[in-house]
Amino acid sequence: MKPAAFEYFAPATVDEALALLHEHGDEAKILAGGQSLMPLMNLRLARPKVIVDINRISGLDGIAASADGGLAIGALARQRAVEKSVLARERHPLLVAAMPLIGHFQIRNRGTIGGSIVHADPAAELPALSLLLDGEFLLARKDGARIIAAADFFLGYLTTAIEPGELLTEIRLPKWRAGTAWGIDEIARRKGDFALVGVAVRAELNGGGILEDVAIVMFGVGGKPQRIESAEAVLKGRPIEPAVLRVLSQAIADELEPDSDIHASSAYRKEVGGVLARRVLESALARPARTPR
Amino acid sequence: MSAKQVIKITVNGRAFERLVEVRMTLADFIRQELDLTGTHLGCEHGVCGACTILVNGEAVRSCLMLAVQAGGARLETVEGLANGNELHPLQRAFNDHHALQCGFCTPGFLMTAVAVLKENPAPTREQAREAISGNICRCTGYQPIIDAVVQAALELRGSQREPSK
Repeated sequence: MKPAAFEYFAPATVDEALALLHEHGDEAKILAGGQSLMPLMNLRLARPKVIVDINRISGLDGIAASADGGLAIGALARQRAVEKSVLARERHPLLVAAMPLIGHFQIRNRGTIGGSIVHADPAAELPALSLLLDGEFLLARKDGARIIAAADFFLGYLTTAIEPGELLTEIRLPKWRAGTAWGIDEIARRKGDFALVGVAVRAELNGGGILEDVAIVMFGVGGKPQRIESAEAVLKGRPIEPAVLRVLSQAIADELEPDSDIHASSAYRKEVGGVLARRVLESALARPARTPR
Repeated sequence: MSAKQVIKITVNGRAFERLVEVRMTLADFIRQELDLTGTHLGCEHGVCGACTILVNGEAVRSCLMLAVQAGGARLETVEGLANGNELHPLQRAFNDHHALQCGFCTPGFLMTAVAVLKENPAPTREQAREAISGNICRCTGYQPIIDAVVQAALELRGSQREPSK
């Protein structure tokens, strides 16, 4: 239960980190919060030959207001820092409300926003949230940088579009529309465990109580977070009535094709996913929308 | 063969300088290099909390940090709680409420509780329950631990109201 030997580097700047990543290619793994990588290394499920520890790089952990009214979050920002950030709560209440669902506070003291996103555990909250919030990621490399939308980033189980040599430096969340209803919840055997199935929603109602815009993202239901467009179509332009919500639950249960594993069967995830989505949407619409302009 | 680095670290107020293998976890460093075996290894993959210590005032799972990452940091472990023979209020409360049996998880719970009470000196039972939920105990059933945390919080608040000399 000890990690296999590795070469260790702790660069002081992003440029140094990128040079190391460029040099070592796919033999290198970034060490950020360590809350996902270290368990894998301690169990020897991961045996990277080179560790590039980015915790000494200053300036990567900011939580800043962006000009468009959204948020720019440094990849090294600790989950606990986002949880406590007044600015983050003002600009993205759903993001902050979701933080306590991530593990336990000891994990969030070290775990980073960027680390969770690049690790891309299908049961993780942050990848699903970044999808729901139309996030974008800034990936730096030795010879430049690129921006990739969350929708294009998550490819499958622990797999993202990040290439060897690239470092996620920033997560950008566009402006959250004031008055948008939001909700997130997950089912886990114990609070703080990995989600068996989770749902995050945002919804906008017009003055007449008709749903104008809705997005539903589920996690723990496949290799990557999943936007359930068929369910969104069921809801759009409809009033929120019990009959409509029943159709929603069924649409979700029909759409999902989760794997069975030792934690839950496919059938369980389908049924529970449908019910959870309905409950999260109901509570989202019941919550008074107090987001500032 | 793993390369070694020198780290300088402060633990319970004492400064140390040691040469360590880069792959040594902080938990192993504390136990093996500093002989501070109060920090325990329950799972070594971050789920049980037995290895919880404070790093720069924050509760972390020391099995998920490398020793080399803690260079320059200020660590607090369970050995630092008592003041000579005088137990910390949390330790006294754990004793009073039978919040330990085998004691294996206890250092992790104590350090978690220290962190929790720093941030929330007056937790409700529900808050205390949530706050300790990242630590696993197989013996006590948790209720006496919650009792102890709430009791110690009262006592710590009370002693803060003492007039200073």
